[in-house]
Amino acid sequence: MTMTTSSTSTKSDRISGTRLGYRFNIVGIVGLTVILSWALVAVFAPLILPYPVGEIVDLDYFGPMSRDFWFGSDYLGRDMLSRILMGARYTVGISLAAVTIACFSGVVLGMVAAVAGGWLDTILSRFLDALNSIPSKLFGLVVVAAVGSSIPVLILTLSVIYIPGAYRFARALAVNINAMDFITVARIRGESTLYLIRSEILPNIVGPVLADLGIRFVFIVLLLSGLSFLGLGVQPPYADWGALVRENIGGLPFGAPAVIFPSLAIASLTISVNLLIDNLPQKIRDRA
Amino acid sequence: MNNRVLSLVLSRLLIALITLMIVSFAVFFATTLLPGDTATILLGQAATPEAVEGLRKAMHLDEPALFRFFRWVVGLLQGDLGTSYANEMPVADLIAGRFVNTLKLAGVTALFSVPIALTLGITAAMLRGSLYDRAVTVLTIGVISVPEFMIATSAVLIFAVYLKWLPALSFANEVTSLTDLLRIYAMPVITLTFVISAQMIRMTRAAVIETLNTPYVEMALLKGASRPRMVFRHALPNALGPIVNAVALSLSYLLGGVIIVETIFNYPGIAKLMVDAVATRDLPLIQSCAMIFCLGYLLLITTADIIAILSNPRLR
Repeated sequence: MTMTTSSTSTKSDRISGTRLGYRFNIVGIVGLTVILSWALVAVFAPLILPYPVGEIVDLDYFGPMSRDFWFGSDYLGRDMLSRILMGARYTVGISLAAVTIACFSGVVLGMVAAVAGGWLDTILSRFLDALNSIPSKLFGLVVVAAVGSSIPVLILTLSVIYIPGAYRFARALAVNINAMDFITVARIRGESTLYLIRSEILPNIVGPVLADLGIRFVFIVLLLSGLSFLGLGVQPPYADWGALVRENIGGLPFGAPAVIFPSLAIASLTISVNLLIDNLPQKIRDRA
Repeated sequence: MNNRVLSLVLSRLLIALITLMIVSFAVFFATTLLPGDTATILLGQAATPEAVEGLRKAMHLDEPALFRFFRWVVGLLQGDLGTSYANEMPVADLIAGRFVNTLKLAGVTALFSVPIALTLGITAAMLRGSLYDRAVTVLTIGVISVPEFMIATSAVLIFAVYLKWLPALSFANEVTSLTDLLRIYAMPVITLTFVISAQMIRMTRAAVIETLNTPYVEMALLKGASRPRMVFRHALPNALGPIVNAVALSLSYLLGGVIIVETIFNYPGIAKLMVDAVATRDLPLIQSCAMIFCLGYLLLITTADIIAILSNPRLR
């Protein structure tokens, strides 16, 4: 089994559903569909907007749902549907970037720690555990207070917060693999650490690591939305879904759709990812 | 054998202490990364070079960062939390009352959520696979995969907008009667209870199911013990350690939830104070609040670990 074939089959299978002996159940497919449609929305948002994002188009503020404004209008009378579609870019984009950085660094560090062992392992584990014992929302608050909020700062902060978790997960898996005979054989053969990590360990943990990436993506979406809701995330005039809820919180006493729909957008994304992960084919999830 | 438990607990405490040091280091340096000179910002219009120089000296800003860090830590240990930039009041005075408010909120939440979550978690595990179990599981996954502010806004929509039972905002300083108290605490407590319980139910359910799968529970079933007897006499005592561990861990989620809940309901607690301090960039206040939060979090997860060690009969 080589690394390239296994990872490409995983990938193409996630898209095509039931080929190559993997079976998705219906709940998994629903989850996947919702995720893919939000991804498409994030990429093609400017092409499908019914109204320009920043423009005040409704005379009423906190307007109800109507044929012209499907999701109502916000506190200035801007079209809510357009703002949510555009918000997908920030929520999905920032979270995806952050989770990629977090999982890549965490998994690489975890595998290195497992293979190298010794003092490197001890120091890394101690340090990352310490980082882990700062509550995530608090960490975000402190960093934003110190350096101000911008999209690169957000991406880096979010990824730093979730590196320890990814590291712990990958290290635990890699330590198990590291104890197996074929690793010992490879070591005796004189292979380098890089080779061990890339060709022996990674192919054996890639399934669970991908599932873990999905769960971490949910955490990051929730944290980003939380920070934006506190006014510390994406800054106006741009708005992700959390910031949309914050902007329109004044409409809450009237039950305005402008407060409800951004929340529903977040929920649809996070619940779908959870459903997909829970219903992943056993073959992908339990590869290790 | 008892020595082993003692040494494990002591090493866990030592780790917590080292962690606390690393955390305080991180908090201090994260907040001093702020670009711009604090003295100049504080003086504003009155920032003549002499005044800036004097203030820098008075605030020890002319010393190396490492010195200032040690000065800050020693101050913390002596109970001197510094002076707020925004209103020149001692941080300790600002925090004291707010801290009590937050503890009250957390305490009331724990009082409600722990029994509810344990009951739901244990019964769901007992009736595993049933419709009830699936309903509980779906509900907990739903709550976990949704941001806290959405639970809070939903609570406002349901209880204040549609049912009109409760006010949307809460102020904890004008309590005259019991009904007032109920109305004020209801919304924040409902929200936090949902957030905390979901985690607790999941972990409790998993812990109980794990013990139900052990051979000795199967043995109890085979020798003809009734289902409740099997669960309460054979499984539960052994699952107690993991359950208490789960409770302590879930309570640490209070910290994240409390930040959102206090903001959305205008509850005068320490988290609201901190979010406001971030808006005004009041660094001494942010540092102190952050340290209190980290300390609370560390306390809870260390307690959880120590309980896990103590409850392991193999170490006794």
